Amino acid sequence: MSITIDVENLTKSYGTFTAVDNVSLHVDEGEVFGFLGPNGAGKTTTVRMLACLISKTSGRATVGGYDIGNSSDQPKIRGMIGFLPENVGLYEELSAYDNLDFYGRYYKLSIQRRREQIEYFLKMLGLWDKREDAAGTFSKGMKQKLAITRALIHDPKLLFLDEPTANLDPEASKTVRDFILELKKEKRTIFLNTHLLDEAERVCDQVAILKTKLIATGSPEDLRHSQSTRKVRVQLELADDAVAGAVKTLGFQIAEKTSNSLVIVVNNPEKENPEILKAIQTAGGRIQFVTEVGSSLEDVYLKLVRGAE
Amino acid sequence: MDLQSAWSVAAKDFRIYRKKINVIRASIAYPLIVGVLFPLILNYSIQKQPTAVAVALAPSLMDSFSIWFIIGAIIIPTAIASYSLVGEKLQKSLEPLLATPMTDGDILLGKSISGLLIPVASVYAGAIIFMALCDHFTQGVLGYLYYPNWHMGVILLVVPLASLMSVEINIIISARMTDARSAQQLGTLLILPFVGLYLAADLKIFPFTNTNLLILAGALALIDIAFFFVSKATFQREEILTRWK
Repeated sequence: MSITIDVENLTKSYGTFTAVDNVSLHVDEGEVFGFLGPNGAGKTTTVRMLACLISKTSGRATVGGYDIGNSSDQPKIRGMIGFLPENVGLYEELSAYDNLDFYGRYYKLSIQRRREQIEYFLKMLGLWDKREDAAGTFSKGMKQKLAITRALIHDPKLLFLDEPTANLDPEASKTVRDFILELKKEKRTIFLNTHLLDEAERVCDQVAILKTKLIATGSPEDLRHSQSTRKVRVQLELADDAVAGAVKTLGFQIAEKTSNSLVIVVNNPEKENPEILKAIQTAGGRIQFVTEVGSSLEDVYLKLVRGAE
Repeated sequence: MDLQSAWSVAAKDFRIYRKKINVIRASIAYPLIVGVLFPLILNYSIQKQPTAVAVALAPSLMDSFSIWFIIGAIIIPTAIASYSLVGEKLQKSLEPLLATPMTDGDILLGKSISGLLIPVASVYAGAIIFMALCDHFTQGVLGYLYYPNWHMGVILLVVPLASLMSVEINIIISARMTDARSAQQLGTLLILPFVGLYLAADLKIFPFTNTNLLILAGALALIDIAFFFVSKATFQREEILTRWK
């Protein structure tokens, strides 16, 4: 069975308020899909609809081939996915082991299978030695790791992770992010809700930007390129007027000039850079190195989100 | 509904209740009070009476006291069942639970089992102590062992049915409350109709004869079935996830 997600015009309304408006997207098997958006954009609502926790108002979506709107398909979807909510929701009085063991039971795993899974994941996340400690005594990072393990206890091929690194310190965030990358290597399909653009850029194959409506979708690289002008920085021994003039003569705009560098706006650096560099050398410029000044995903995100307001 | 899934939910709740002092206190205190204190009162009352009066008084006192086991069966679940959903709500642990393949029926049945078994076991334990002490104090006066008897048998039949009703009402209440204490306080009001029944029995309007108790058991069984469907209908996943704060 293909573990993909297909969403067509999915909408969720509460009375006159529309939380998610006509969202369409596709997530391929083995892909990490980043769902970006500001608070209140409808990310959690979308994930809850896809995880069959809440109903849709209109539209259509299939998860692993099952229809989220079909009540007989809903338990099948919930059985095949792993779900990490924004609030981890652990049983604080119970030990880490028991927290996982009960979820293993909910998915009807055998005792042997539960033991194997719990040991495997707790050792992988460095929590095995703490397995008998109450979850309530854990730090935020440890709780988050435990909650991710809980989502994986039945070995799902599709994971919904809602803000997995929110409120974590940098070290814990890195551990969780590295773990997501490990899961990616295992070819699991991951739907990642996040407002952390850096995180999306590091781990996602595809991203979509949501603000009630879907604003943009594509790979982080494609989004960066499609939504921003490209620039190159040429580092020189001396960036004098002759050098700048030579560049302008070719019809390129100079975005920034310092005593030893020029930032030049280009459309197609792969094709235009040789021409520019030749002109600079001809004008007497001594080139030290050339780098692309990339727009970050953050620039693109802010531009798109503000544009949608 | 899947019993294995429901039992998994109940087993998890049992593990949590073991660490909740309120639950332990309620489960031990009530049966001890009724099981030990009432026989002591009985003993004190009959000792001061001439034998003929004591012989007439002891059975009516014991029957009257034994009704408190039904009231206990209603009170104890309020401490447990009100925690059951509100506790999950406060820990925000319902969302991951609802994301598993379990149905609403499985979850509610599990919650009913966990809310029912502790009070019933606790009341039964209290009843055994009560019967043993009453027999100990009255055997010399009556010349026979009063317990076990059919009257207590019918009361112990009513106990799980009354407990189940209390559990279900508390689950319905706690699905709509955000604070365990408020849910518990509201749930405690459930004893009022039973106190009314107790008064009705004392005033001979509805005496607790075996037949009347069997009628009560039948009525409770029907109410339990109805309340299970009501609790299922009022357990709205969407509302729980989107309105609970």
